[in-house]
Amino acid sequence: MSVTSSGSAFDANQHLARLSKHRARKRINVVALTLSLLAMSFGIFWLVWILFDTIWLGIGGLNLAVFTEMTPPPQAETGGLANAIFGSVMMVSLATLLGTPIGVLAGVYLAEYGQKTWLGSTTRFINDILLSAPSIVIGLFIYAVVVAQLKSFSGFAGILALALIVIPVVIRTTENMLSLIPNALREAAYALGTPKWKVISAVTLKAARAGVITGVLLALARISGETAPLLFTALSNQFWTSDLSQPMASLPVTIFKFAMSPYENWQKLAWAGVFLITLGVLALNILARVLFRNKH
Amino acid sequence: MDFKVELPTTERSKLAVRDLNFYYGGFHALKHINLDIPDRKVTAFIGPSGCGKSTLLRTFNRMFELYPEQRAEGQILLDGEEMLNKKLDVSLVRAKIGMVFQKPTPFPMSIYDNIAFGVRLFEELSRSEMDERVEWALKKAALWNEVKDKLGQSGSGLSGGQQQRLCIARGIAIKPEVLLLDEPCSALDPISTGKIEELIHELKTDYTVVIVTHNMQQAARCSDYTAYMYLGDLVEFGPTGELFMKPKKKDTEDYITGRFG
Repeated sequence: MSVTSSGSAFDANQHLARLSKHRARKRINVVALTLSLLAMSFGIFWLVWILFDTIWLGIGGLNLAVFTEMTPPPQAETGGLANAIFGSVMMVSLATLLGTPIGVLAGVYLAEYGQKTWLGSTTRFINDILLSAPSIVIGLFIYAVVVAQLKSFSGFAGILALALIVIPVVIRTTENMLSLIPNALREAAYALGTPKWKVISAVTLKAARAGVITGVLLALARISGETAPLLFTALSNQFWTSDLSQPMASLPVTIFKFAMSPYENWQKLAWAGVFLITLGVLALNILARVLFRNKH
Repeated sequence: MDFKVELPTTERSKLAVRDLNFYYGGFHALKHINLDIPDRKVTAFIGPSGCGKSTLLRTFNRMFELYPEQRAEGQILLDGEEMLNKKLDVSLVRAKIGMVFQKPTPFPMSIYDNIAFGVRLFEELSRSEMDERVEWALKKAALWNEVKDKLGQSGSGLSGGQQQRLCIARGIAIKPEVLLLDEPCSALDPISTGKIEELIHELKTDYTVVIVTHNMQQAARCSDYTAYMYLGDLVEFGPTGELFMKPKKKDTEDYITGRFG
């Protein structure tokens, strides 16, 4: 302890200087706090408005027919979204099923095998580009290589387009979550004589499980609302179909079509669809948060 | 510099290090190490940070091979068999030479599976045999009484000291011949440290134990032999009592008495 190296520890002038510095700091603090509170309320305001409108107008359009009847023609008395809901659930879940293993495996490669390799950094770079690519570009790409070649819109093309959006998200989260696992855990597993594939599958991937699942759920939430990639691939369908080689209805595309129309019954259904998607995405986000919180 | 180390003739050498050099890329981290680690005794490596004691420990089970820029030259003989031989499967080396690390590293699975995980890599055991093995390992690590009612619970729910004993149990469950401990108590409180030290003392009836420690009292308390290392050299090696009471080298004496510099 060497506090008293330069005379008295309590010097009157020094004390005044400290007080004035302290006051200045407090003023800056108040200004910064006010600004950040304003920014936050600005953001919250619009979010609450959107949610309020969605719920208000969405619940108004909601009834049993929404789940049981097909999308109606304009100005019809009845009608629902059953085919669009089914199409969305089908395409979104199959796209996730297709994209998740590819994404997880590629993420494992980047984090555990190709960390410092040329192939690894190139893949990471390309994946970052794919991650930020506008979804309409992905839709057009699938249109060009699948739809235009087969000369038919199809649910299958829609699934491919959505899977292409899932893959980079899952790759990124898997890699990030695996890199968060301390190296000590890997070394401990290797120290028992564990082969590399087993270290990854039984130890590191398991330790990163919550984060990886969260990434998959967030990707799922993201593609549930995507419209652009489906417009050029699955198109839409007035009727119920589970045939993936046929054009397939989906909630976002139906909302897009119905909300732009002048017909009141279509507009009402569009709001109901918006409400359903919002609810679904909200549920997925909450689920992802709960899963992640339990682990950390 | 080349230090010849004579092991008292009464001790059998378990692990023999012959002219070992180690490199981190271009950095020469271990210089011509010659050392005989006696069978069923506790050998401690002491020395200031960066002296190479952990590096030396990590060459014994070829841990360094995980990092391509690190390499070792020389010989490490376990009962006369060359461990650094590339043709020898590294898994077999690690099955014979187990290791426990500085920070407790329970695997993300139940307490039971933490122990069974390593055993399953090398042996096909029936359920009851595995139960016995898990109990045996946990008893050896003095953890059985604390966890016997919650074997199905996650290993990360245990306290730091319990986690470290779980890691020791996991290490001995595969029945190695040598157990390497890399500062096993540095993340633990004094009570847990005391338990681990007691445990080290008991382990030497069956295993050859090598411990790296920053704590000289710990080395004095629980080891039979001590090696003092400095800047990649093995400066002095001998029975712990002799090394601490009448060190042969001035450097050793300065370090032990805290007049290091």
